This record gives sequence, C-alpha cells and structure tokens, in this order.
Amino acid sequence: MNDISSIEKELLAGREYTGIHKIEGPLAYIKKTHPVGFQELVECVDREGNIRTGIVLDTSDDVVVVQIFEGTSGLTLPDTRMRFMGEPLSVGVSEAMLGRVFNGLGKPIDGGAAPPTEKLLNVNGRPINPTAREYPRDFIQTGVSIIDGMTTLIRGQKLPIFSGNGLPHNELAAQIARQAKITGDKSNFAVVFAAMGVKHDVARYFINSFEETGVIGNVALFLSLADDPSIERTITPRTALTLAEHLAFNKGMHVLVIMTDMTNYCESLREISTLRGEIPSRKGYPGYLYSDLAELYERSGMLKGFEGSITQLPILTMPNDDISHPVPDLSGYITEGQIVFERGMNARGIYPPVAGLPSLSRLMKDGIGEGMTRADHPHLSNQLFAAYSYVKDVRNLASVIGEEELTPLDHQYLEFGDFFEKEFVNQDSHEDRTIEQTLDIGWKALSKLPVEELHRVTEDEIEEYYDR
Amino acid sequence: MDNRIIGHVKRVNGPVIEASGITDAMMMELVRISEGRLIGEIVKLAGDTAVIQVYEDTTGIKPGDNVYGSGMPLSVELGPGLIGTIYDGIQRPLEELLEACGEFIEKGVTRPSLNRDKKWHFIPTEGLTPGSKIDSGFSLGTIVETARVTHKILVPPGVSGTIISISSEGDYTVENIAAEIETEKGPIAIKFFQRWPIRKPRPVKSRQPLSVPLITGQRVIDTLFPLAKGGTVAIPGGFGTGKTMTQHAVAKWCDADIIVYIGCGERGNEMTDVLTEFPKLVDPRTGTSLMERTILIANTSNMPVSAREASIYTGVTLAEYYRDQGYHVAIMADSTSRWAEALRELAGRMEEMPAEEGFPAYLPTRIAEFYERAGYMIVQDGSEGSVTIIGAVSPPGGDFSEPVTQHTKRFVRCFWGLDRQLANARHYPAISWLDSYSEYLNDVAEWWETTSGAPWLKNRAEIMELLQKEVRLQQVVKLVGPDALPDSQRFTIEVCTLFKNAFLQQNAFDDIDRYSSVEKQVRMLEIILIYARRGAEAIQRGVTVVKLRHMKIVQDIAKMKLSISNDDITGLDKLEVRLERAMDQLESIYE
Ligand SMILES: Nc1ncnc2c1ncn2[C@@H]1O[C@H](COP(=O)(O)OP(=O)(O)O)[C@@H](O)[C@H]1O
Ligand SMILES: [Mg+2]
Repeated sequence: MNDISSIEKELLAGREYTGIHKIEGPLAYIKKTHPVGFQELVECVDREGNIRTGIVLDTSDDVVVVQIFEGTSGLTLPDTRMRFMGEPLSVGVSEAMLGRVFNGLGKPIDGGAAPPTEKLLNVNGRPINPTAREYPRDFIQTGVSIIDGMTTLIRGQKLPIFSGNGLPHNELAAQIARQAKITGDKSNFAVVFAAMGVKHDVARYFINSFEETGVIGNVALFLSLADDPSIERTITPRTALTLAEHLAFNKGMHVLVIMTDMTNYCESLREISTLRGEIPSRKGYPGYLYSDLAELYERSGMLKGFEGSITQLPILTMPNDDISHPVPDLSGYITEGQIVFERGMNARGIYPPVAGLPSLSRLMKDGIGEGMTRADHPHLSNQLFAAYSYVKDVRNLASVIGEEELTPLDHQYLEFGDFFEKEFVNQDSHEDRTIEQTLDIGWKALSKLPVEELHRVTEDEIEEYYDR
Repeated sequence: MDNRIIGHVKRVNGPVIEASGITDAMMMELVRISEGRLIGEIVKLAGDTAVIQVYEDTTGIKPGDNVYGSGMPLSVELGPGLIGTIYDGIQRPLEELLEACGEFIEKGVTRPSLNRDKKWHFIPTEGLTPGSKIDSGFSLGTIVETARVTHKILVPPGVSGTIISISSEGDYTVENIAAEIETEKGPIAIKFFQRWPIRKPRPVKSRQPLSVPLITGQRVIDTLFPLAKGGTVAIPGGFGTGKTMTQHAVAKWCDADIIVYIGCGERGNEMTDVLTEFPKLVDPRTGTSLMERTILIANTSNMPVSAREASIYTGVTLAEYYRDQGYHVAIMADSTSRWAEALRELAGRMEEMPAEEGFPAYLPTRIAEFYERAGYMIVQDGSEGSVTIIGAVSPPGGDFSEPVTQHTKRFVRCFWGLDRQLANARHYPAISWLDSYSEYLNDVAEWWETTSGAPWLKNRAEIMELLQKEVRLQQVVKLVGPDALPDSQRFTIEVCTLFKNAFLQQNAFDDIDRYSSVEKQVRMLEIILIYARRGAEAIQRGVTVVKLRHMKIVQDIAKMKLSISNDDITGLDKLEVRLERAMDQLESIYE
C-alpha cells in the first residue's frame, strides 16, 4: 500500500451523503459519491437518527447500490444520510458471547450490554486453504440409532437435516445438541445457533432445551426471526459462523453450529436478486445460489495443528417435500451428506422420521469401524441399507399383487423392514443409545433374514452377532 | 513488472469489473487491479472500455482504481515440479500460500507456480551440441521429476533452429537457461520452464484413432463401458450417487502415466482426502506412490468463481504439456457443471442474453472446445501421447435433461450415467447398465481379445443381453409376482442378481476389491457366464431354479471379488473347475 492511498482512505472513511436517489425494497441507490469500495460497510442514518447497517452491492462512478439489512421501511429519500465506512462489514467476536442472544448483525438483544470484543472479523470470512484442512474422522455419538448406525456424524462435518413443514426437525436437532459426545472426550464445546426467519416459538423451544440441560451458558444465539426484516437473514449465518470460527480456531473449542431454516435464507437471497433484475436460474433463485451456500457450508471442518472444530447441522424445509427443489438440491451438492425426513414415517408415529435410503453421511467411511466404533459397523450398515432397500421393492410389489402372493422370503423381508423401522429407527426423543446398543439392534433386525441373504457381512461377523 | 497503467475501474459488480480509459490492451490479457494487484483477465473490449473477470475477491475495489496491463494472456508455468503439487484454479501453489498467509487464503497473495530455488538434475539429450538442428517439441534433455516421472525439457512450440549452446549435465533451477537456439527471428534462450496460455490448445503433429483402453480396474467400466486412452467420458449423477468416488477410483487405479485431478467448485475436504490418501497408496503397476504421478488443482466451491472457470483450462494445459513429453495423461474434472455455472454467473454479471436456464448461448461451444483437447496424438517429436478427459456432471435435481448434461452428451463418446436408485440401495459404483454406453467398445475390443485371449466382445454382449432381458422380466414380476414366471426365466433373474452382486458392485473401500486386474475381470465374467449357460441347460433337463440358487458354489462366486486377489488368478481357475464339477453333479442326478 502506498501512503497516498492510505491517507486518502482515512479522509474518505465515514464520509457522509444526505439524500438517496431511489429506494427499492431493501436496496438504496445513491448518486454522486466519492469512489466507494465494493462490499463496503455503510451506516444509514434515518430521520430519527437511528443507524441501520448496509453493504455496497454494486459500485460505479455513477451510482452505488446499498443493501440495508434492517430493511428500508421508514426511510425517506431527501433526509436519509448514508455514511460510507471505507471497510468491509465486520463483527466483534469473543468468548463472552456465549450465553447471550444477538440479532443477525451481532448486536445483543437480550437486554445486556455488548460483550467485550476480542477480535474484529470480516463476516464473510476467507476461504480455507484446502491444504490447511485436517480430514475429519472423529466419530460423534449422538445417541440416535439411525444417525450413529447409518449416517454417522463426524466432528467437523456439515450434515444438514432435509425436513418438511410440521416435521420434528427441531426436536432432532435439539436432541443431537443435547446428547452429542465424542467417546472419552470432555474438552470444551460450544453451540452457535442461527435462526433465519423462523417463528418465536422455535427459538423459544431451542432456548428452553438448552436451559433444561444446563448448557445455555455455552450457547450463542443469533436470531433473525420471522417478523424481523427478511434481508437481515442474509447476514445472520455469516455473523454466526464468524463467531464459530473464532471459538474453534482461536479458542480451541469444538463448535456445533445449528442453522435454521436455510430455505428462508435462500428466499431472502432470491428477493434481492429479483429486485436487482438478475437473470434467474431455477425457480427464480439466482445463478450464484450454489456459490453463496458454499460460502456458508464450507466454513466448517478442522485445521491441521488446531485444537477446535466446526460441525454444522443446518436445517432446511423442503418446499412441497420436494428434494429436487433448488435449496435441498444445491445443499446436498455441497454438504457432506444429508439426513432426510419422510412424512410417511412421521405419520406412522416413527421418531425420528428419517428415510434411510436417501440419507447419507459421506464422512462416515473414515470414522467408523475397528478402534472407532466397532469392527462390524461398516459391513453392518451396508447390509442394513441393502436389505432395507429391498424391503421398499417388496412393499411396492405387495401393493400391486397383494401380500398373500409374496414368496416366503419376501415375507421375511417385510418382517425385517417393520422391525427395522419400529425398533432401530424409532426411539424416544430423550433416549440416548450407545453405539453398541445401536449396532446390536441392527443385528437383531438382520437376524430376521435368512443367513444366505447377508452378502455384505463376513462369515466371522455372522458367527459373532447373527442370532440363528 | 506490470507497472503499466492501462485504464481505471469504472464499475464493480462481484467478480466482474468494468474499466474505462483503456489504452493498449488486448483481449484475454492478464491484468492486475488496484494496489492490491488482484489478478484478472480482459474478456471484452469495446472502444475505450473493457470488461475484466477478476480471479479474486473484489471486496474494497472502487471506481478509479488502477488497472495494470501485463502484455500477455493468462498462462501457466510448465516445467519440473508440477507433479505432486496442489494448485488453485490459476496455478497458485496452495502449499506455499499456506506458508505465506496462513490457513485462510488471502487475496492479492501470489507465489510463483514453480519453485524458483529448487535444483533439478539435468541430463542433456545425447548428440545435441552447438550446431545441431532442433525443432519445436523436441527434447533438450531430461530431469527425473519423481520416482515415476522423467521430465523432458521441450523446445517450446513455434521455436526451431540451430543450437548455439546447451547446458551440460548438472543441477539447475527452472530459471536457468537450458539452451540457446538461433532461430529465424534471432537467438532465443530456453529456460527449464516455459509458459503457455491456458485457453489455447498446445499444437501436435496429428491425431490418431483410439484403440487402447484406459484400464481403470473398475469392472463395470472396463468390462461393460470401456474408455479409450485419448477418449472422453461424462459421469452425470445427482448428489451422493458417486461421481467423486468414481473419479477418485479412476485417479487411483487407472493405467495412465500422469493424473491431473481438478476439484472444480466442489468440497474442500475432498481435496484434503486426496492429499492425505494418495501419498500412502501404491500404484499397482509401478510400485511408486500415487502422488508421484498426480497433479491436483483445487478451486473449491468457496473459492472465487472466476478462478473456477479457469481451473479446467489450467488442468488441461498441464495435461497437454505432459502428453507432449510422450505420456498418457488422464484428467478428472469434478465437476464440469460448476464450471458451466461459473460461466453462467459471469455471463449474468456481464448482462449477456441468456439461452437455456440462464446459461449463455456459447455454453455448448465451450464444452466442445474443452473435450476436443482430449485425444491420442502423435506429438511434435513423433512420439505418442494422449489426454483422456473424465468429466463429472452434476445435473440439478438429478435430471439429465438439463443443458449441461445434454450438451456434454453431444461431445463425449462415453457415458457413465449414475442411478439414484442404485446409490440408494448402496449398489456402488451406481453406474447404470441401462443408461450408460461406450462408443469405444469396438475400438478397444481387439486390445482386450489379444491381451486376454478370451472372446471379450462376445462375452460382454452375452451378459448385456441377459441384463436387458431381466428388465423386461422384472416388469412382469412387478405385475404378477415371480411365481408366474417359468424356471428358465426366473433363472435369468438369478444370474443377473448374481452378476450385479458379484461383479458390478465393487467396494472402493475394500483392499482387494477396489481394483481388479484385466485378467481377474475376464475370468470373473467367464465364471458367471459358465454358471448362466450350464444352469440354463440344467433347467432344460428338469433341474429347478431353487436347486441352482442353493448350490454352495454360488456363495463362493458371490464372494470371489473379495476372496481372490489380483495376483491369485489360479484361485479363479480352481473356482471354475469346482463350478463345472458341481454342475456335472447336479445334472447327473437328472440324467
Ligand atoms: N464405489 C463406491 N464404494 C463404496 N462407497 C461408495 C462408492 N461410490 C460412492 N460411495 C458412497 O457414496 C457416497 C457419495 O459418493 P460421492 O462420490 O461423494 O457422490 P457425488 O460426488 O456424486 O455427490 C460416498 O461418500 C460413499 O459413501
Ligand atoms: Mg462429488
């Protein structure tokens, strides 16, 4: 940097303009400014002197477009003042933020004073150098069989829940937050919770659940609820992840980040994109939705030589329960697997209503097996998936030709399927199973099938666990 | 360098910058923006304005900032030291960036692509002395780059003449002079590395027809849908169907000399996985570590989108450079859809008219140009080399009718379609035997039949026919149940089930199963076909399908992929003998 430009920067930072040329939704257009930087932080002062926060979305020597997170309602064209701060949007972060509640921009909304700041960090973060990453392989026991057994969660993984309206995703997320433990590890952990466009009672539900288990002191909440300006949602996960990175990589904590509801987040992005007249891709969502989501989801993992980790548990509701909708679809392309809910399972009273087949944990391969969970785990889960997939075929067949027409073998599969759903998948929302319990129930289910059907487990495993 | 101001920023819209007051700039010129010297490329010129695609985060760039020219197009550095290195989309060495700016990549930080201090041992080509005539593409000498790769120092394309001087055997850095050549345009000093613009294919002498398969060790690929060296293939599939795993498996076990693996807009951890796993794995053919033949390019989904667009050109240019040295190179691009989306995003920011689903109208042209860089070539010095391109495609919603899949299909000759149903049933690799095809089948048949001595094409046709038949039979079963079928037809279903379990499914995580040699594949297929043929005969004689299914040997066939290793082909011979005997016995009862 040469001196002139840094002096210039000092002089221009905080330069203020009165009057906006045009307002459109959350966007304000300002003309005749000094050269303003792309993504620069803007303070927007309304007639009453209240300060709102914005950033520059587009800058040129003619007009500057500013997105205002608190929304533009109440702003007037002539007497709104825009102050360009000459730096990107940052948030002050510290360990003292645990136990507190903030809005999407990181301002406390629990009545308390702003916590002291340890570091001021750009909310957009910076991409992790792939060579700096440590490949995640530590098993997290959630106590939920369908997850531990079949879609194992690994520390540092990003594993979303694909749900639908009215399904118990909040219960499952809270249960995981409550029960998650790494065998033999008691190091410090934290939960960072980001709510985007969800209702008050959802936030309340999580707070209560954290209070009940006495962990609320380790939780930082960033709430941008349904009645807050929708545009604030676009910054909320970024603020939350900035704190998570600080806790994980500067403070050595193991951080679980719960973000809900990603669908609302994406809708806010779509809103801005539409307003700006951008060329949409599918269903009106902007073409950069994939990259934008990746900027969030990739802020997870572990780093070589660092103590802490970030594990992400994003929740999204699939519009119309459609997994091919852009939000779940693009998420699934970025995250390291997905836990998919099925409405039919819920209707049959199965909790958690996880559809086995479309659910996947991409990182489980290196985190399960001998020395990590149990030696038979990889083959067992593989065999359960294969058998359960055949159950689905048999059920379809039965619905056409009638159950009486099925072969005796197919009947055994149906029995297996029922047992699997009712005993393995189904459990109480406060039941905390050990991995051994989970795997043993899995073998009980397999024991409903004749031994010749078990192609994916070894003779030795059959000898040890199969109940003849 | 780069101190020539050629214009000023006028507008910033994400990774796209408009500049005005442009003087003396050329299309595709590499430029630098502002005092932070962000790297960009001129993609449009009109009057005195230019549109620049910037390869780094543009936060903070403002109107009036300087644009610096370089006088050259965006290029890569080619020379010893590429193998084993991991680069970003514009060939910045990520390990050095880690040293320079820590765990999180900072913009504006650059390091030379090739290490400037490292010394390499050079042995000049015998017989080259001052006065020797030399042409472009000929080798001045060699450097042992890794245990696996001997690097030829090539006379760059377009340079030819008489050697003035050539370095003697010794240790040199890439910036030292390898030789001086008197050309028509005067003397030229040739360093141990050269530059080449990424968007321009390197010249070759001629293209050859394809006839040698790229052996991948993946049975469904090699036996059913083979790829040829110099060929192109697309792997489309929804998320989680196994694109990346397939690409990794091919990168690990295929018989190419060099692998260029491009992580284009995908996960960071997948690159870390390759980085931690490859050095530990041993190439079954040479006994050297897999990393000794691999170059990685990682422009993950959260890294700048313009550099993602460039990454596949960077990768294919590195591949061509090794091809020109007479190597067979395979490149994996995971995923070409992210590259297409980067094109779309940039086109959108430039306010270009979209064609289908927001993609620019030139999408098909760009896809075609990329795949055209594959081929089996006679390179400039007369030796043979090839570039094989394996591109993953990530169709939105897993729907293959979308533009990227459709256009890609027009330009590749091999198609490994991944099937959601198979993936859900954990049938991996989830390559559909119904949707996939290979147009190289006849091209490589001769190679297979001479190498293995088996009627490869005929055997393959036989099993494919059974698989087709099974589809129709399954439709009947779905309507009326399996009992309605005669035993001969139920047996066809049995054989196909066995073939799927015993042959098509291949566990990438199993030490024995992850890679099957040519011989093992041929023998495994033969054993299954013997069971099919003799079983069909047995049914004619009155043996029931239940009897056939419960033969003890069937369990052994089902597990042969796991129990018999590549070096134990006699194990398969023994199995075959036992199978024939068991069939004899079964039939003798009905004699
Ligand atoms: N050949 C294989 N063997 C074993 N597991 C596989 C194989 N192919 C895919 N899988 C499983 O499927 C998951 C997703 O595969 P991946 O290649 O990452 O999918 P995609 O790239 O298409 O999203 C992997 O994490 C792994 O669990
Ligand atoms: Mg992938």
